[in-house]
Amino acid sequence: MKHIAIGILGAAALGLVASAASAATLDDVKAKGFIQCGVSTGLAGFSAPDDKGDWQGIDADFCRAVAAAVFGDGTKVKFTPLSAKERFTALQSGEIDILSRNTTWTINRDTALGLNFVGVTYYDGQGFMINAKKLPGVNSALQLSGAAVCVQSGTTTELNLADYFKSNKMEYNPVVFEKLEEVNAAYDAGRCDVYTTDQSGLYGIRLTLGAPADHVVLPEIISKEPLGPAVRQGDDQWYHIVKWTYFALLQAEELGITKANVEEMKASDNPEIKRVLGQEADTKIGTDLGVSNDWVVNIVKAVGNYGEMFERNVGSGSPLKIARGINALWTKGGLQYAPPIR
Amino acid sequence: MASQEILREEPSRGSFINDPKVRGIFFQAVVVIVLVALVWWIVQNTIDNLTRLRIASGFGFLRGRAGFDISDSAIAYSSDSTYGRAIVVGFINTLIVAGAGIITATIIGFILGIGRLSHNWLIRKICMVYVEVFRNIPPLLVIFFWYSGVLSVLPPPRESINLPFGSFLNQRGFYFLRPIWGEGSWLILVALLLGIAMAWFVARKARQRQMATGQQFPVFWTSAALITGLPLLAYALSGFPLSFDYPKQSTFNLTGGFQVKPEFLSLYLALSFYTAAFIAEIVRAGIMGVSKGQTEAAGALGLRPGSILRLVVIPQAMRIVIPPLTSQYLNLTKNSSLAIAIGYPDLTATTGTVLNQTGQAIECVLIMMVVYLALSLLTSAIMNVVNARMALVER
Repeated sequence: MKHIAIGILGAAALGLVASAASAATLDDVKAKGFIQCGVSTGLAGFSAPDDKGDWQGIDADFCRAVAAAVFGDGTKVKFTPLSAKERFTALQSGEIDILSRNTTWTINRDTALGLNFVGVTYYDGQGFMINAKKLPGVNSALQLSGAAVCVQSGTTTELNLADYFKSNKMEYNPVVFEKLEEVNAAYDAGRCDVYTTDQSGLYGIRLTLGAPADHVVLPEIISKEPLGPAVRQGDDQWYHIVKWTYFALLQAEELGITKANVEEMKASDNPEIKRVLGQEADTKIGTDLGVSNDWVVNIVKAVGNYGEMFERNVGSGSPLKIARGINALWTKGGLQYAPPIR
Repeated sequence: MASQEILREEPSRGSFINDPKVRGIFFQAVVVIVLVALVWWIVQNTIDNLTRLRIASGFGFLRGRAGFDISDSAIAYSSDSTYGRAIVVGFINTLIVAGAGIITATIIGFILGIGRLSHNWLIRKICMVYVEVFRNIPPLLVIFFWYSGVLSVLPPPRESINLPFGSFLNQRGFYFLRPIWGEGSWLILVALLLGIAMAWFVARKARQRQMATGQQFPVFWTSAALITGLPLLAYALSGFPLSFDYPKQSTFNLTGGFQVKPEFLSLYLALSFYTAAFIAEIVRAGIMGVSKGQTEAAGALGLRPGSILRLVVIPQAMRIVIPPLTSQYLNLTKNSSLAIAIGYPDLTATTGTVLNQTGQAIECVLIMMVVYLALSLLTSAIMNVVNARMALVER
């Protein structure tokens, strides 16, 4: 009897939290005056606090873009750092409004967890990093049989790792931690030989290690990791706002609208630019979405277009220096493509 | 006192509403109804929310393929095993670390507790400092101390410290040789069991003889000879079937042998050392709770100090010690969930991973709570049996 009673109390705690989430996220957000954005506990280039304590990175900027679309002000965001394990519960329970935390889009997460992914803000793949000084001669992931591998628990990374070693008939020894910082510390201290996570993450983590130059990222990419923001399922309006914020960022880049020229662009003769920036007479694009008609102007003013966001956080303007690669626009041979805004 | 007796003698004969019995039943009924309504509301609310958010529920997910690996597993487990099995692996790991911790903590705790009452100033003070230090540090810090301490001090695998009997110590843990049982080694096990049985029989006979005649028999040495001698004899007779697998250097780590990982070591040591401080205080309180007259009477009968402690003081102290000792055992078991901080795959860690891979938060939290509760109730039940046997037998 006691078991059942305690169990019910536990379920109760979760039930109470879940009741806090109501369907109309946009109304809630407008009422409280800011967006609660779930980010990582610190991954350079995606979401990490800078020396002033402001969150920087693509994932953090994406939340600012949504805030700009909703409020016309990119600063109306509060960030909640979440571990990989906490992230889905935080979104399901209504603690956060957007989960923008380098989260891989999978069918299971999209269908069984009560969330909806809005798009892919970064196409990533899982890789391996080793200490080349300690392990000279290892230049392929296929040479890693018998190694101790550091990995964060409860991630798709952990599953891909198991699949990869199994399919290549190699042995390994998982060293699993819940928090990214714990994995970093264990790898830096030599508890494991190999660090595995998304390749973009490896470049970011390498910068935080004691001697970054000693570590190399191996060439193999063993999985598809499309990273993107997610919202709660069952609130189509909010889902549309977040999804179209992402598309607006891409569309702005495609049309050459930047943070610097957005005001001039408003007066452009190009009908497409005028339409996207809400300068068409009697336009209803923004209001139909549930935001103001100059939402794209606000987004670009706050964070720039997708390309600017990318270069500033992970690309040439950042210490990570990651090339655009498949994250380039479709017009430049990449995968980033937005449906028309009309 | 007097007024209460008067009340009891003259129960209220007033109206129905003022009848204390009726009132009692009424209020109890109200509490029960409110409680049931609350629970019903909560369960309903949870179900509604889960349906509205389209989150799958139920325990069917436990049969799904886990897909992740676990570093420490006492039973066969691979990424092809089910989520349910992953949780069982975590549960067994919790049992192992809690069981080992309880044994070590009890031994260290008893030594320290008795040491605190020593006549030797140095021993007394050392034990006191130990107890005060460990009792006043949060267990998580003690775990981190061992984990970081172990990690930062020990060398990488290629520069392992060589220890006797082919064992090694490095950052990746403690490696020692693993015995490989050859043909005919079952004879050794049988001999060992036989030795234990004979030792028990000898002890029983010796006690009976002492009761009847007062003559003593060297039970300890006889038992030791039986328990070690018989298996050794069997080992020789069956043609030395035992061989050993030594840990060897390979590309990344040492392979072969038996590996105790630093995560387990630090959790086990931290829990043992931390809980030992509390057990020491309980033991000290128990011993001090035995009246001084008992010691003096035993001394007057001619018992030596060692025998006084073993035969007179400790058995009486145990009656005071066991109930609070039970709480410490429960604490240690529950503190083992701090394993998550250093990545030891205990119940909390593996169930947490399952939770995250499947998203079944409510079910996973329920499983954890039920398992820890069952474990605690079981520990309490065992300790209650021990307590009942230790209780003063009134003649």
